[in-house]
Amino acid sequence: MRFAFFAASMAVCLGTVAAFVMTRYGHFRGKTALSSMVTAPLVMPEVITGLSLLLLFVQMAQLIGWPADRGMATIWIAHTTFCSAYVAVVVAARLREVDRSIEEAAMDLGSPPVKTFFFVTLPVIAPALAAGWLLAFTLSLDDLVIASFVSGPRDNTLPMVVFSSVRMGVSPKINALATLIILTVSLATLLAWYFMRRSEAKRQSVIQQGEEA
Amino acid sequence: MMPSRIAGLIKRMHLGRRAVIAFPLVWLTLFFLLPFALVLKISLSESAIAIPPYGPLLEYADQTLNIFLNLGNYLFLLSDSLYAAAYWGSIKTAFVATVVCLLIGYPMAYAMARAPGRLQLILLLLVMLPSWTSFLIRVYAWMGILSNSGLINNLLMGLGVIDSPLRMMNTQFSVIVGIVYAYLPFMVLPLYAHLTRLDNSLLEAASDLGSRKLNTFLKVTLPLSMGGIIAGSMLVFIPAVGEFVIPELLGGPDTLMIGKVLWEEFFLNRDWPVASALAMVMLLLLLIPLVWFHRYQSRELEE
Repeated sequence: MRFAFFAASMAVCLGTVAAFVMTRYGHFRGKTALSSMVTAPLVMPEVITGLSLLLLFVQMAQLIGWPADRGMATIWIAHTTFCSAYVAVVVAARLREVDRSIEEAAMDLGSPPVKTFFFVTLPVIAPALAAGWLLAFTLSLDDLVIASFVSGPRDNTLPMVVFSSVRMGVSPKINALATLIILTVSLATLLAWYFMRRSEAKRQSVIQQGEEA
Repeated sequence: MMPSRIAGLIKRMHLGRRAVIAFPLVWLTLFFLLPFALVLKISLSESAIAIPPYGPLLEYADQTLNIFLNLGNYLFLLSDSLYAAAYWGSIKTAFVATVVCLLIGYPMAYAMARAPGRLQLILLLLVMLPSWTSFLIRVYAWMGILSNSGLINNLLMGLGVIDSPLRMMNTQFSVIVGIVYAYLPFMVLPLYAHLTRLDNSLLEAASDLGSRKLNTFLKVTLPLSMGGIIAGSMLVFIPAVGEFVIPELLGGPDTLMIGKVLWEEFFLNRDWPVASALAMVMLLLLLIPLVWFHRYQSRELEE
């Protein structure tokens, strides 16, 4: 759980910056390189990503002595890297839809780019950020292959435990776990749906009031 | 004084711009590109009984620099027909799964894009909902459905359609079912995105000009959704080639897939150089689909 939380948060930062750079910065040197590195993790088979990252960590440990132990930090880095690609795609889609004239208006009124980004762009793309975070969180929570490669001998993530017992065959424990997961997800979805409906209804009534007035 | 201040401001802006670009660029270079170089390096080194289990590529001894380039790992892959069979098996399985995904996913996406607004949202949610639950659990569920004493066999035997259970688990069939099921959302979502963007007036124009429905579909809708078809197919095909979990859990001894072979080479045999060579060859095979996907996707990101 903790792994997934931190990885998703970092992935949102990284992915958003990447998406912003790709959609707003026009042309710059290294753009092709960046865009291939943003899109490739989407489809890269997990065994390749996992193996290559493990080899990187091993070499780093030999050269600079860090990470001395594989575990939390290495899983975090690995998950951030592959999740940020998904975030970038979600956020870039939203950034393209956003009306750029409001950003330009803010800048014309003398707001520096950083301030414009935080006070104008960020609130507008907030739903996409939330969606991206949720996506990254589930991806990270669910990942077995990459975590198996880069984790140390002591750290076991939930999918690793599930996998080793599923491999042995049917076990009632896993059935119980599955029931719990499905219950949680259905509950969360129902709640999300309810809130979405309510805010939609509110918006409708505001629009109606506006029309009547 | 004024010009210098403006110049300073511009300089600062450029510096800020560079920093913003550099952040994802450096991170991804360090943690995505550099690792591939290392895989290449280790695939060329000799395996050794050590920690980590491979020999050095460069050695400086007696004032001479020795470079060891060991192509043995690649030759080894060529010499054992197991590996070629595994690559071929993976590509075949992934291809069949992609085609099936497209055949199921296209009508789904089409129906979703044509559904009224409210229903569209619910359908979209239903497509994505399974992905929120654990992937392993879903594969596990298929084990229960397909096994000899599983749901399908029990049902068919109960109805008296068959006398002895059909063997579905641990075959090529179960692996393809698993892949199609797991990757279907990746096919449906890009297709749906393309089909909703489709301009309805084009379809109306076609029918006004007397085109029949099937003709309109083949000549207008299908070409316009080509981007979605390519993206969806690549999103299914490329990861499916390297899939490990599904062949491991649903496949049997006769389903050779490269992801599984690589995993065993790495974790069971602890032969890192051969595992790296396997990964390099897989990357090489996937290069064309990868470039294809990237060209399409970067257009999506930038336009």
